[in-house]
Amino acid sequence: MTPGIIAQHAPALIIALPLFAAFATPLIGRYSRQARDAWIFAAMAATAAIAAVLAYQVYTVGTVVYAFGAAAPHIPLPIDSGGIPIRIIFTVDAMSAFMVVTAAISGFAVTLYSLISESKLTGRDGFYALLLLLITGILGMVCTGDLFNFFVFLELNSIAGAALIAYRNDKGVAIEAGLKYAFLCTIGGLFVIFATALLYGQYNALNIAMLASRIEFTMLDKVALVLLLAALAMKAGAVPLHFWTPDAYSMAPGSITALLVVASQAGLYGVFRVVFTLYSVTLDYFAVGWIIIVLGVLSMFIGVTMALVQKDVKRLMAYHAVSQTGYMLLGVGVGLAVLGQQGLMDAYGLVAMEGGIFHIINHAMYKGLLFLTAGAIFYRTGTRNLNRLGGLGHSMKWTMIFFIIGALAIAGIPPFNGFASKLMIYESVFLFNPLLAIIAMVVSILMLASFVKVFQSIFMGPRLPEYADVKEAPLPMLIGMGILAVVTVAFGLAPAWVVDQFVAPAAAALVNQSGYIASVLGGL
Amino acid sequence: MDILSTLDTGHGIWNPVVWLLAAGIAAVIAYLIWAYGESGYKRGTEQTKPFLSGNAEPEKGDVHVRGSHLYWGFTEALKGYFDRIVPLHTGVLNDYTLWFLGTTALILVMVGLI
Amino acid sequence: MFNNLPFIAAAVIGGIGLTALLFRRNIIKMIMGVSLLEASVNLFLVTLGYRQGGIAPIFTNAPEGPMVLPTVQAMTLTNIVIGIATTALLLSFAMMIYRKYGTADAGSIRKLRG
Repeated sequence: MTPGIIAQHAPALIIALPLFAAFATPLIGRYSRQARDAWIFAAMAATAAIAAVLAYQVYTVGTVVYAFGAAAPHIPLPIDSGGIPIRIIFTVDAMSAFMVVTAAISGFAVTLYSLISESKLTGRDGFYALLLLLITGILGMVCTGDLFNFFVFLELNSIAGAALIAYRNDKGVAIEAGLKYAFLCTIGGLFVIFATALLYGQYNALNIAMLASRIEFTMLDKVALVLLLAALAMKAGAVPLHFWTPDAYSMAPGSITALLVVASQAGLYGVFRVVFTLYSVTLDYFAVGWIIIVLGVLSMFIGVTMALVQKDVKRLMAYHAVSQTGYMLLGVGVGLAVLGQQGLMDAYGLVAMEGGIFHIINHAMYKGLLFLTAGAIFYRTGTRNLNRLGGLGHSMKWTMIFFIIGALAIAGIPPFNGFASKLMIYESVFLFNPLLAIIAMVVSILMLASFVKVFQSIFMGPRLPEYADVKEAPLPMLIGMGILAVVTVAFGLAPAWVVDQFVAPAAAALVNQSGYIASVLGGL
Repeated sequence: MDILSTLDTGHGIWNPVVWLLAAGIAAVIAYLIWAYGESGYKRGTEQTKPFLSGNAEPEKGDVHVRGSHLYWGFTEALKGYFDRIVPLHTGVLNDYTLWFLGTTALILVMVGLI
Repeated sequence: MFNNLPFIAAAVIGGIGLTALLFRRNIIKMIMGVSLLEASVNLFLVTLGYRQGGIAPIFTNAPEGPMVLPTVQAMTLTNIVIGIATTALLLSFAMMIYRKYGTADAGSIRKLRG
């Protein structure tokens, strides 16, 4: 009986559980530290399990719709409402489920890691509460089927993220990063709610499916589209809206940065959801597709070249994250640019989108892994400056192995997962526009170059006297990194299976606007 | 085994298992060539010490090439580009807001006019 | 024209907020700008739901006649709550930055750049 209820209410539980756990954390922390750590671990494990249940449902049965407060949650339309959804509705389709899985794996690894990495520091009750709130925000953003609800979770994501970035204030520098992030995210959030208001004013609906069925692409819709696009692209960290990214990623604690990557990708998910599901073919897909492609190319190129000249290892990795976001925007942007033409879509558009979406989960895994290794190095040595580090390969062997896995994956070296998704992007984008594919490959080479730099300056060289007593990172941190490393390698070895099982349904769900509408409003 | 099946990338295919087999074979061949060579390495003799034109060997910490020395030539060659792009990241919040609003306005013009 | 006055007011308030964000270097003033922007959005939302001569949307014992739209009011309330949270967060950041850096000038808070 209980498993049935859990399965039925999985979309609600996936939000409720971490939210409740977050607010209970400080309370439990008052009494016992061990109990609190166990509580957080259990809550995160349960959330991940529910995420798995939810994703399983979505991938086997189809889109899961959950209406909050309804007599029967799977029936979104009350009988007497005349076909208008009046409740807050979660619409979890394959794309959402894909993001849920990404967030769950990442969140689980990060939680495990941060239980140790923060163990020497103060104020942990608040830290873990915010961590769980950030996870709630991410999961909410990707699950919701309601534009206003999306805004609420976006703000939850932003506030928790900003507070966590500034949590270890580091002579005020981290607060500076948090301040910049909070400012930009607040403005972005206000853009989103203003756009929501514009859409509501015209179509009297907040539900994404309802809006999508009515949307006409008037002038006001264009304004709303641009506001949503800009705000969410800023959240995703696309150039030239990326300025907060290096600041925030470099100053946040290592574990948080790994999760901020996923938080950014929830913004990316928002971009895709808006252009594909909300507007779909009504918008000028060629122009908007090219805007996204240009953002992607700028992100790729400027991100990686800025990374080459960085001295702080986490700042360098942050610029790489910007660059990687560019790949996803490029892949999905190409898909958008050919959205209306079925022939081109079949020829390369869908593959490009699959490549871009596959890259999301790959990026969350290997980038998270790299940030966690950087965090482990900082945990042991107390510095992130590449000019001062060196010779750690002698003492931190496992960290080095995990770093190599992450670095090779991000540079797109076979047989790791980054190669598979990048190959899909290169080949499909080449058919669309060869120049874009060439830029993407050059960027990939530069990426390898800058990771050679990081590897050489951190791990290679003789054992330095100042780091003579540095030890390997503690076991739970290694396990946290290990989870992400195993996923990275596994996705690299079975890319076809992952693409078939998870990525292709997600891409198909994005393109299939009428399916999304029908899942909420009934057959059309 | 559909888990290890081949990924169709639209224009080509990619199968990591086949790649790993090929890499393994290449490694075996490389090992055979290496094993064929003459082993003249003797641990702990003069042979293993670095020879720097007769100068004394520097301290361990001094021989490590530090981070910012790598790719010095690359950044120097692209100085014109980096001199423009790096100062753009001013760190001033007003500028970041301006970039954000400016980009929004630019996209608005592009979407609105096209 | 007269009916559009609240929208014009929202635009003016938003414009003032954006101007403060772009041209004021003091963080506190920039936070004021954010608050103004938020107030403008709230005004826009409430105006959107207003109906001429409408009453509060409480159905119990409601007299005949139009009602104002409740959804936008719920949205406004939520936005106000979120606004309080963000403003509090931003102000506490500003306070701590002033303590650590000794300045509230955005032009001087730029240790992170490049």
